[in-house]
Amino acid sequence: MAEKLQLIGIKKMLRGRQVLDGVDIDVRERRSLVIIGGSGQGKSVTLKCALGLMKPDAGQVLVDGADVTKMPEEIRARVMRKFGMLFQGGALFDSLTVWENIAFRLIYADKVARKEARERAIETMRKVRLAPEFADVRPIELSGGMQKRAGLARAIIAKPDILFFDEPTTGLDPITADAINDLIVEMVKELGCAAVSITHDMTSARKIADEIAMLQDGKIVWRGPTASLDSSGNAMVEQFVAGRADGPIQAVV
Amino acid sequence: MINPFAPIGRATIAFCAEIGRFSAFTGRAAAAIVSPPLFIGQFLRQCLQIGYYSLPVIGITAVFIGAALALNIYVGGARFNAEQFVPNIVVLGITRELGPVLAGLMLAGRVSAGIAAEIGTMRVTEQIDAMSTLSTDPFRYLIGPRVLAATLTLPILVLAADIIGVMGGYLVAVNSLDFNGAAYLRNTFDFLETEDVVLGLVKAGVFGFIIASVGAYQGYYSNGGALGVGRATTNAVVGSIVLILAVNYLITAFFVN
Repeated sequence: MAEKLQLIGIKKMLRGRQVLDGVDIDVRERRSLVIIGGSGQGKSVTLKCALGLMKPDAGQVLVDGADVTKMPEEIRARVMRKFGMLFQGGALFDSLTVWENIAFRLIYADKVARKEARERAIETMRKVRLAPEFADVRPIELSGGMQKRAGLARAIIAKPDILFFDEPTTGLDPITADAINDLIVEMVKELGCAAVSITHDMTSARKIADEIAMLQDGKIVWRGPTASLDSSGNAMVEQFVAGRADGPIQAVV
Repeated sequence: MINPFAPIGRATIAFCAEIGRFSAFTGRAAAAIVSPPLFIGQFLRQCLQIGYYSLPVIGITAVFIGAALALNIYVGGARFNAEQFVPNIVVLGITRELGPVLAGLMLAGRVSAGIAAEIGTMRVTEQIDAMSTLSTDPFRYLIGPRVLAATLTLPILVLAADIIGVMGGYLVAVNSLDFNGAAYLRNTFDFLETEDVVLGLVKAGVFGFIIASVGAYQGYYSNGGALGVGRATTNAVVGSIVLILAVNYLITAFFVN
């Protein structure tokens, strides 16, 4: 299996601080990689560089072997169609109904007729166990868990090759968080896509990851299968997994 | 040793960088308007939002300005027996200057602030990033339709403001200053030239472009949560007003010369 996504030597400086200092990650088809790390370590910036929302200062972002950082805008936009993304806060459009949010890509990018787009949106709502009765309400009327489900439905409706998840369980109660984790695992399997998630929720990481990588000081300091997380032999990973304040990582308070 | 010129240099560089970024932004917005696809539904929605819903505030402003202008010209004109010029000066003042400028200023408050707040909120809640990941260019979906709608609807609003403003002057002149209604209207239309109206409408189109693009620019680059959105909204209003007044002078000078 070839790599669907590769980040090679990604560097990014923001406001005079080297946030990413040569990040290397890759993920293959049907594999789920979770990047863990403390707040402010560059997890979101890594994801934004991978998604093309931020241009890295140096390094390559390869999608199916093609470097998207050097592509003209129109071709890059076509490559972006392979992506689906679940944002931390859902990032649902306030001015549209739930079904219009879910079908946004179909209507505005793929030019699917509204009637068909609505049917596909409702079908996808069922997949993520969001009742079709909520199709015509505004996102503000949904609970946090429902908003995540709607965001997930929007991310998967166009059957992407690579799915990104930004803190998928943040702000959810443990039961809803577990349900979202189950859905993520199920959807990644069903679509057969590659998945990259960032989180500092270790329960979520253990559940959705095939592999885990730890980002610290702008670099990947450890990477391995989920099963080896507790025997990583890396002091920073051990401290992070145990949630201890004392250790090589200094807590920022 | 502190170099006293360093802060001036830094401010100059920052100012030039801001001008460059704004120019690139408006260039991208203009490109989104003139090349397909144009999101027609979004454009029509914005025409309604920016144009139709602004009509009451523009109308109320125009009627009071026309009325106050008539009173002031009457009082001023009376000092050298020129009271009869009230209709001529009211129509000239409204069509060439006050109609477009006041409509522009009112819309800077209503529309530019609204656009900055809406797009700014979308920025800080990652809705704009989400749009990009959904293969939809935010410049085409969000910014282009707003800029086009403001550029096209402001001249229509100003045309309405011109008529309402003249009627404000007419009402005061006829009811309080003992003008003959028919004579007032005849003097108004006899004195009015096409260039007066065209000047006002050209200004209105340019002001519409400024209002929407400054609002969208401030919102698009806002950061820092609610505080950032608040700052973007304030900057949008202040920036639009300053640009409207400066550009108003330049357009007037161009037409006069």
